[in-house]
Amino acid sequence: MLRIRRDLHDAIVDHARRDHPDEACGVIAGPAGSDRPDRFVAMQNAERSPTFYRFDSMEQLRVWREMDDGDEEPVVIYHSHTATEAYPSRTDIGLAAEPAAHYVLVSTRDADTTEFRSFRIVDGVVEEEPVEVV
Amino acid sequence: MTMAVEARIPTILRSYTGGEKAVTGEGATLQELFVDLDARYEGLRGRLVSEDGSLNRFVNVYLNDEDVRFLGGAETPLADGDVVTILPAVAGG
Repeated sequence: MLRIRRDLHDAIVDHARRDHPDEACGVIAGPAGSDRPDRFVAMQNAERSPTFYRFDSMEQLRVWREMDDGDEEPVVIYHSHTATEAYPSRTDIGLAAEPAAHYVLVSTRDADTTEFRSFRIVDGVVEEEPVEVV
Repeated sequence: MTMAVEARIPTILRSYTGGEKAVTGEGATLQELFVDLDARYEGLRGRLVSEDGSLNRFVNVYLNDEDVRFLGGAETPLADGDVVTILPAVAGG
C-alpha cells in the first residue's frame, strides 16, 4: 500500500495538470528504508511529449546525489498519461528499474476527474496497490 | 598505464556486485573499464552496453559530473581517480 500525504498527492496532480497534454514526471524522496514519501521533486520531461517521458539525465544525477547525501531514496516515481488510463504501459514496465519504488500513474485524459493509482513493478510484473491519502 | 576508477552501481545492478554500491576497476576508456569489471562481476557489462559496445539507450553513465553521451560515449577516456556513476534512466510511455 502507498500512504501519501494530501499535499504530496495534490502536488503530483497539479504538476500533471500543468504539463498536460505533455506527460509530467518526478519523484518523491523519503528517508531510506522508511517507505515514507516526504520530499516532492518535480522533474523535467526531457522528451516533452504526450506519449513518452524521460528524466533529464543531468537533473537526475543532481537529484539522485541529493538523495544519496541526505540518506534518502526515491519512494515514489510518478508520471502522467494524458490520453490513456493510469496504468503502466508496456514501455513503463520494460524500463522500470527501481523495484523498491511505488510507481504512481496519474491520468489527465478527463478534464474533471484525475485518476491516481499506484503500482509495484518488479522484473516485468505489475502489481497494483491501494493508495491511502492521509 | 592503468587507471583506477571508482564505479558507483545502482540498486538494480547490485546483484552483479554482491550488493556493493561502489566497486573499483581499471581501464583507459569506459569500454575497457566495463570489460575489466565484467571479469569480476560477470554479466554487468551486458546491462550497460550492447553487443557492438555502444551504450544502452536507457542507462545513464556519468564521468564525474558529465553524462558520457556528451563526451565520447563508451570510448570516453578515463583518468586515475575518476568516478563513474551508473543510473538507470527513469523513462516510459
